[in-house]
Amino acid sequence: MAQTRYRSLKDLLGEEYVVPGTPLCSGCGALLTFRLFHKALGKKVVWVNAAGCITLMIVYPFSPLKSSWMYTAMGCAPAGAQGIRDALDILIEKGEVDPEEDLKVVVVTGDGAANDIGLQSASGAIHRRLDFYYLCYDNEAFGNTGFQFSPSTPYGSKTMTSLPTPLIPEGHKGRKKDLFEIWRAHNPPYLATVSPSHPMDMMRKIEKAERFKGPKLFISISPCPPGWGYDTMKTIRMARLAVETGVWPLKEAVHGEVRHTFIPRSLKPLEEYLKEQERFKHLFYPLRREDIIGRMQREVEEYWRKVYSTEVLEEKKD
Amino acid sequence: MMRSKLIAELRPRREVVSTITKSKMLTGNVTAAWAARLAEVDYIPAFPITPQTEIIEKLSEWIALGEFKAKLTIVDSEHSMLAAAGTASLTGARVFTATSSQGLLYGFEMLYNIAGWRAPIVLVNVSRAVAAPISLEPDHNDFLSTRDSGFILLQAETCQEVLDLILLAYRVSEDNRVLLPSLVNMDGFHTSFTREPVKIPEIEEVRRFLPKYTQQLPFRASKPSAKGVAVLRPPLYSFYKYQMHLSSINAINVFKEACEKFEECFARRYDVIEKYMLDDSKYAIVMMGSYASIGKKAVRILREEGVSVGLLKLRMIRPLPSKDIRKALEGKKAVAVIDQNISPGLGGILYSDISSILYNSDNKPKVILPVIGGVGGKTITLDEIRYVVELLEKYANGGEPEPILLLREDELREVESLLRIGVGE
Repeated sequence: MAQTRYRSLKDLLGEEYVVPGTPLCSGCGALLTFRLFHKALGKKVVWVNAAGCITLMIVYPFSPLKSSWMYTAMGCAPAGAQGIRDALDILIEKGEVDPEEDLKVVVVTGDGAANDIGLQSASGAIHRRLDFYYLCYDNEAFGNTGFQFSPSTPYGSKTMTSLPTPLIPEGHKGRKKDLFEIWRAHNPPYLATVSPSHPMDMMRKIEKAERFKGPKLFISISPCPPGWGYDTMKTIRMARLAVETGVWPLKEAVHGEVRHTFIPRSLKPLEEYLKEQERFKHLFYPLRREDIIGRMQREVEEYWRKVYSTEVLEEKKD
Repeated sequence: MMRSKLIAELRPRREVVSTITKSKMLTGNVTAAWAARLAEVDYIPAFPITPQTEIIEKLSEWIALGEFKAKLTIVDSEHSMLAAAGTASLTGARVFTATSSQGLLYGFEMLYNIAGWRAPIVLVNVSRAVAAPISLEPDHNDFLSTRDSGFILLQAETCQEVLDLILLAYRVSEDNRVLLPSLVNMDGFHTSFTREPVKIPEIEEVRRFLPKYTQQLPFRASKPSAKGVAVLRPPLYSFYKYQMHLSSINAINVFKEACEKFEECFARRYDVIEKYMLDDSKYAIVMMGSYASIGKKAVRILREEGVSVGLLKLRMIRPLPSKDIRKALEGKKAVAVIDQNISPGLGGILYSDISSILYNSDNKPKVILPVIGGVGGKTITLDEIRYVVELLEKYANGGEPEPILLLREDELREVESLLRIGVGE
């Protein structure tokens, strides 16, 4: 690792920009990432939000933030960011705003807004090389409306619109949309996945992204206690298991070139991650569905086989 | 130097200076672009749609040539365009944008947001009938669909009015007693693509009329703020909506004040409504936009024939200047509201507005006749207006009129002929 502000966990101390007492659920994975993200970016930030769980962090007249916040609508947070960035740029250029007053413009949305209703707006902003950050907190469903499946919901998950029944034993039949690859196809200068269980990895990635002008995109796994069905104290554990079982790869793409930042020597069985969550309970009770669990495990292994055969082999050649 | 001169020579010479009026011959669209330039807007988010495109083409050309300093960003949709317009306005930029028809409807969600954010942008809509069926011709269903959004709605009749109303709109929208966005409407093709002599004021004159825009709490590093946030207590939501309503009502007098200042600066007089041969007439027709020009001509001819008719042209639609409209129409024997829109199952949209204004008057007209004309760009001829006035004379003695749907015999023959081809006869 080259020059970094983040050498040990102690470097994560310092000023908090999200004060305690938000109305979000206890154990919210999105909030953990959000808090760290804010630390890495500093105070001079304007968040631009689309409808989702995080929207309810600020309900008039209370805000836990020491920074600025703009709620737009569900489908257009990146366009809202465009307006703020463009306005600051032209007003600074005209000499009407002191450059000291400039702000980092950061879009924060859930996976539903990122993958579905807001995808066009994001695609446009990335294509236009808008100088902004995008943090997608991925709780793998429309969480704020009570956990219905989104394009980010994995195969086999129970949601309120994909209940497992004798006719549909797996629950959700769709596959998770690959937002990383969709975004990568736009060739942004920086793109990464992160996890609140790996804060050093996250902070260094945000730090690295700062070097680039243009779209800097992040997708964070965001375990959701009420939606996923686990005890609120286990959020970090869920995120870590997702990384260690290989279902949530930690990676980055600099100008499109992908590199995994954490390559497990051996993958933990996916089952360890699945069986701790209510949303996958139907795969184990009353009958163990080996077929479905096996299919999910094979998909993870298939992914990593490709990674091992390219990146790990290349590293050995070096 | 050479290079810039070359580019200047290559530019299409559209702006022919009329020797008689000392004005430029401009389309409504280019006039709208001039208004944005003269208002020295900082930011123009845009997305092309017929018949609005010429506005953003012109602005982008001026910016590319370095003649006009502003940021123009072509975004991915009208929804994004309006989102960017609103947030830029809250960041302290003076914002201009334009759309038409489907585009206005596609971005509709953001109209309510921009108004609720109290972001005083000016949006030009070049009216075009809404699909389905698809049309390129004008009517006012697109424009009037925004009437409950909180935008101030102004309708232009001529190219000069396009320019003047945009300048007036900035002054009114940015006034602290109002702080609501404006939508200035012109009729597609009829106004957008028709060249008329337009007096383009000097920028110094415009500066005297239009003060600089200042956003009270823009997004700045030293002063964090949260905007557009949720309000979960119902009385608080009501409170904010009432505030918007009261501010919108304020816009009537703020507009009148601005008109006085406007006259002082540019020697042209406007008001929330325009009366044409109306004060002494027995009958009245109510119209707006480019079709009001046809209405005025019809009124002039009918007057020469001895028919006592006048015209009320609506200019400000929201807020609805009820007192002015009531005063203008009280005492008339009968009034026809010619709506260039259709609300299926109701009739005309403005008919309801005008009727509700007059209902509580002691001196209200005996009858208010609902007329639908000009939908999807259908022309309205002198004969049709003559027919409407004849109906007014008839109904003034009693009867309960149904909405009149204007369609001439020659038009009906054309429709029937097309229908025969359509069904393969």
